[in-house]
Amino acid sequence: MTLDLIANVLIGGVLTGAVYALMALGLSVVFGVTRVVNFAHGEMMALAMFAAVLVFDQAGLDPLLSLPIIAAALFAAGYVLQRRLVEPFIGRPEHEQFILLLAVAVILTNGMLLIFGPEARGIVTDYSFDSYAIGPLVIDKTKLIAAGAASLIAAGLFAFFRFTILGKTIRACADNLTGAQVVGLDVGRTYALSFGLGAACVGAAGALASLVMDVTPMLGPELTLLAFIIVIIGGMGSLGGALLGGLLIGVSEAAAGLVVAPSMKSMVSFALLILVLAARPQGLLGRRPR
Amino acid sequence: MKAPALAWTGGALLGIFLLAAPFVLSAYLLSVLILILYFAFVGQAWNLMMGFAGQLSLGNALYVGLGAYVSAALFVHLAVPPALGVLAAAAAGALAATVIGALAFRFGISGVHFALLTIAFAEFARLGFAHLEWTGANSGLFLPVRSRSDIDLLNLRGPPILFYYLILALVAGALALVHRLMRSPLGYSWLAIREEPEAAQSLGIDLFRARLAVVATGGAMTAVGGVFLAFYTNTLFPSDVFGMHRSIEIILAPIIGGLGTFLGPVVGAVLLGVLGETATAALGALGIQAAGAKQLVYTFVLLLIVMGLPGGVWPWLWKRWTR
Repeated sequence: MTLDLIANVLIGGVLTGAVYALMALGLSVVFGVTRVVNFAHGEMMALAMFAAVLVFDQAGLDPLLSLPIIAAALFAAGYVLQRRLVEPFIGRPEHEQFILLLAVAVILTNGMLLIFGPEARGIVTDYSFDSYAIGPLVIDKTKLIAAGAASLIAAGLFAFFRFTILGKTIRACADNLTGAQVVGLDVGRTYALSFGLGAACVGAAGALASLVMDVTPMLGPELTLLAFIIVIIGGMGSLGGALLGGLLIGVSEAAAGLVVAPSMKSMVSFALLILVLAARPQGLLGRRPR
Repeated sequence: MKAPALAWTGGALLGIFLLAAPFVLSAYLLSVLILILYFAFVGQAWNLMMGFAGQLSLGNALYVGLGAYVSAALFVHLAVPPALGVLAAAAAGALAATVIGALAFRFGISGVHFALLTIAFAEFARLGFAHLEWTGANSGLFLPVRSRSDIDLLNLRGPPILFYYLILALVAGALALVHRLMRSPLGYSWLAIREEPEAAQSLGIDLFRARLAVVATGGAMTAVGGVFLAFYTNTLFPSDVFGMHRSIEIILAPIIGGLGTFLGPVVGAVLLGVLGETATAALGALGIQAAGAKQLVYTFVLLLIVMGLPGGVWPWLWKRWTR
């Protein structure tokens, strides 16, 4: 194992990790504000990936261009989902929320199975096999583009929460629900907006992921678990934590593929999760639970 | 006074039907009933953990898988009969639950975090067993099948009727055990923990030990369910027995039936069994064979039940009868 090889694998891991981070960011936004764990998160990402593939096949539109459309569509879907289905479940026991979103997940998976069939679908663009060589390092062009776009979107989200009134409103509801209600914020709308935002994040992540991996209906549950691992490692509800967790899992998966065996890579992720939960249950950047 | 009398008569009739079922039902319907009873059994174990003690474990496939693999591997490799192997399986389930519980409860992990920790352990075991050559790794572990007519209770080899009465006895035993436990001081401490952990602690209940006791009991019971699954199906694949879908199917019956009630898991298992069969029959009659269609219908009805009857079907029924 040469140093070059290790460096190349690690860079690949960081780039994949950036897309993972955007996906996990969506989950973290939803949980951080509504305290609902979206068990259909990965399925929503698979849906976005299928949408990107479909648009590419039918209209020849590059996923980078269809990304805004897909993100907007998922935003709308997430908003409606929260308003129509999830809202009555806010404040109900966790296991009932779990069953609700699980049902949504199963319906999405089987709907996709009915419509798209079980085959793996992917996108091949004219730059799919390009790469940049910097000295001994070889960087995959698609991965670099996907990671760059994911980082930009994540930065935009951070700016949104930091600098806009709406972003501050959402943070207020997340920090102190009673206080937010006292000053007259429309909590129901804020929750729906957050769910929409989370869905838009995972939609964008899905469009980007369609560039670097194939999609099947069965990918959904896998992505859901992956998003959970990342968010818990980083800290539930912490946006910075989701980013850190995404990069960590991206790198650890790549490293596991190199050191152990590619089929054991998720085992390493789960081991990492168990370690973090045992040593620091609130996650690396999470706040201590009250 | 009317409702209890009705309940006793209904109960007696149901008992007679259940005892006579193998002689009146077709082989197919018997297999459906066996599955319903299996879900009632493992559902009762989850009901004990979640319904009565409030510990949200979403990775019970871990205990199913451990029970199944421990007993099957002992049988296949060392010729240990499952009548003995079940003890090792239950011990493995209890031990795994204790380790996870100790890790979680020591650090105050609860609710969603505890749920995800249990999922993580189940997935970890799934991937681990997929690489464990001794139990056949990904190519599966198969139990030798002998003639289906002779009944060998010690080795659990025989026709479906053997498995039917076995799982019926397990369901009855689980009901009796859970009922008994919930009338004991330990059971009352679980209820207290479910309702208000801090208040329970202030009464001198050792939260840590009481929680460990309930997950260990539930883990052991679920592992026994895994032993049944292994010897009934004769085929074990890590992706199947440890899969996330196993954990999910375990929790459906108690939630639909009524969490934290003795009969909820049984009622839920029957409802889900009937629902699944109806969906299959209806789609078959309509000539729809597409993959995923049944799941879609099934889940949709499930969604309606969860939204319409938050506490489950059994408490709702009970309220209507006794009014």
